[in-house]
Amino acid sequence: MKTGKKQALLAVALIGLISGSGIAGERSIIVQSTTSTANSGLYDHLLPQFKQDTGITVHVVAVGTGQAIKNAKNCDGDVLLVHARSAEEKFVAEGYGLSRHDVMYNDYIFVGSPADPAGIAGGGSATIALKKIAASRSRFASRGDNSGTHKKEMALWKQTGIDPTAHSGAWYLETGSGMGATLNAAVGSNAYGITDRATWISFANKSDFDILVEGDAALFNQYGIIMVNPARCRQVERESAQAFIDWILSSKGQAGIAAYQLTGQQLFFPNAKP
Amino acid sequence: MPDAGAAWSQRRDTVPLPLQVDGLCYRVDEETLIDNISVSIDSPGISVILGPNGAGKSLFLRLIHGLIDPSAGDIRWRGRPPDLAQRRRQALVFQKPVLLRRSVAANIDFVLKPLGAGYRERRDQILQAAGLFRLRDHPARLLSGGEQQKLALARALATDPAVLLLDEPCASIDAGSTLQIETLLEQTSARGVKILLVTHNIGQARRLADDVLFLHHGRLLEYSPAEAFMKCPKSPPAQAFIDGNIVL
Amino acid sequence: MQDFGAAFGLAFSLVFNADADLVEIILLSLRVSIGAVALAALIGFPLGALTAVVAFPGRQAIAVLLNALMGLPPVVVGLLVYMALSRAGPFGWMNLLYSPAAMIIAQTILVTPIIAALTRQVVEDMHREYDEQFRSLCIPPRRVIGALIWDSRYSLLTVTLAGFGRAIAEVGAVIIVGGNIDHLTRVMTTAIALETSKGDLALALALGFILLVLALSVNAAVYGLRLSARRLSYA
Repeated sequence: MKTGKKQALLAVALIGLISGSGIAGERSIIVQSTTSTANSGLYDHLLPQFKQDTGITVHVVAVGTGQAIKNAKNCDGDVLLVHARSAEEKFVAEGYGLSRHDVMYNDYIFVGSPADPAGIAGGGSATIALKKIAASRSRFASRGDNSGTHKKEMALWKQTGIDPTAHSGAWYLETGSGMGATLNAAVGSNAYGITDRATWISFANKSDFDILVEGDAALFNQYGIIMVNPARCRQVERESAQAFIDWILSSKGQAGIAAYQLTGQQLFFPNAKP
Repeated sequence: MPDAGAAWSQRRDTVPLPLQVDGLCYRVDEETLIDNISVSIDSPGISVILGPNGAGKSLFLRLIHGLIDPSAGDIRWRGRPPDLAQRRRQALVFQKPVLLRRSVAANIDFVLKPLGAGYRERRDQILQAAGLFRLRDHPARLLSGGEQQKLALARALATDPAVLLLDEPCASIDAGSTLQIETLLEQTSARGVKILLVTHNIGQARRLADDVLFLHHGRLLEYSPAEAFMKCPKSPPAQAFIDGNIVL
Repeated sequence: MQDFGAAFGLAFSLVFNADADLVEIILLSLRVSIGAVALAALIGFPLGALTAVVAFPGRQAIAVLLNALMGLPPVVVGLLVYMALSRAGPFGWMNLLYSPAAMIIAQTILVTPIIAALTRQVVEDMHREYDEQFRSLCIPPRRVIGALIWDSRYSLLTVTLAGFGRAIAEVGAVIIVGGNIDHLTRVMTTAIALETSKGDLALALALGFILLVLALSVNAAVYGLRLSARRLSYA
């Protein structure tokens, strides 16, 4: 029947449409990573070099550290590259990942409007800045998403003895979103915020916001890399994942990280142990 | 014109007559629209169901075709109820033609295709007989009222029915189309197809009827051969209707 | 705001320079959304027509369900599909997560209720007109459904368009199951979300303009088709 032929043709066309080019035949891995590394353009800088050296394509899924770890626990990735040391160590200890390696670091900074209602500008202590913000009930935009940055922020609050979530919705604003969205919210509502330096340098909607607090050792931001445990997740591309980790930790990968600059500033500082 | 009686006797086996209607009633919300009609139709040719507007003619047609179920009473086509099997041997042409949103030819193909190969030639014959061949590629719904009704009739005939039912097919169409449709009906009847035609047009009844059922307020007042009915109707409403008076 | 002007300029320069990344993203957006809508139509047309025509137990419930599912939030669909396709999930072995196929699946689920529910309404109206004629002709249900779908094809084109609009505009589902991976699963909406999160509002808005123009041209094409159909009295 004529219609039968038509339907068959349609089905074939649809299957072609769906399967499409795809990733068949090419070695590739999925890296579960954070928005700070992806949005800053670091991967766009590194991955072409890695591909040239090894022929392996790296697909980066950029989400918050909490989400990235959860995805990796579901085996939906081969490598984890995030910034929340204790959560990473727990990930390894629970058997979800193989060994963890330091990759690079930068630091967190406080940003805010020049009006600075809490008067934190120029300070060198994160906890004092937070206490001032809480005391003046100045608006503060938090990630509120269990990401690496959020975990860091909560650790700092803990040191102050203040529970900001008691003021959630008043002056303490939990966006529950990524770093960029949270910065947009901070800029839009004249709130303070904590961000990693790489995201801030590459962030284009700064308005008149500036860095107000930096340099506290407590604001150190360490990135680590872990292979998802192939014993738990059979689909892990073990060889390719190991090749990527080796390359990142090698002098070549580390030099590549150091060489990445935006507006004349270095975003990440390699510190892999040789 | 060929003799209807001769063709009739040839097709006798395929035409499911007599049509026996017994105590037929149809009510909607306590209102009786068909009121205890009993009749047995066994005649060849064209039976015209005549009556003023609102007499229940269209309802009667739908009931015997099995499109709606009676509230009471019994309908038998040669002893069989008007079920799917009976309906397959009948075709109904509605007052307002229901045409598919397709070309003229595709409207005929719709009923011919299931019959299998060779349907294209048959469709062309049918369209030629209906005088619609040159319009075969036109969108059916852009035809004039008369052309649409001719197409509806052609489609009904394409199903090769043993019984053809028509509900006021010429109610709102031009004289030329009316003439063509009446000619088609006479030819069809001559082939031995039993025709039941609903009309309130006394002229059309005079031209076509072999016998007449006169309905008034849901009742069957009269069932007689056409000649007898036209000459001396037995009921006053029928007399008034024939005389061209307004019948309430 | 100066962003609007900048966004317009940027949109024009991106389009005129036929920016390779942009072209790739647009093509993937179209491939995913058209694929999803085609699949959804394949399921939704018969399903909608069936609920319009055939009286079966639970028909009303399905009609209500379809109407309710029209408002399904994309992120919920994304989450469900993620859980199903995750390597830890029941369909993990298919290795579809973070692929265009996963995005098509998610959008198909999102769009099918819309197409089915609207199809039901369109077909129901036409069925009312055709019903007696079809019953008189003793057309079996399968053919009735086929004929009704075919005869309402131009109305169903508009229905399909509603589905396409939903698919091409949603970000919640595709960003979860696709992962917004550059050169693999990045589409217009996830690119817009990304640029917004980078604070590059002008570029985000420029991409938004381009998406709008894309949607407009598809709509205009279908509108033109419907106009010609109306001239033929098929609509």
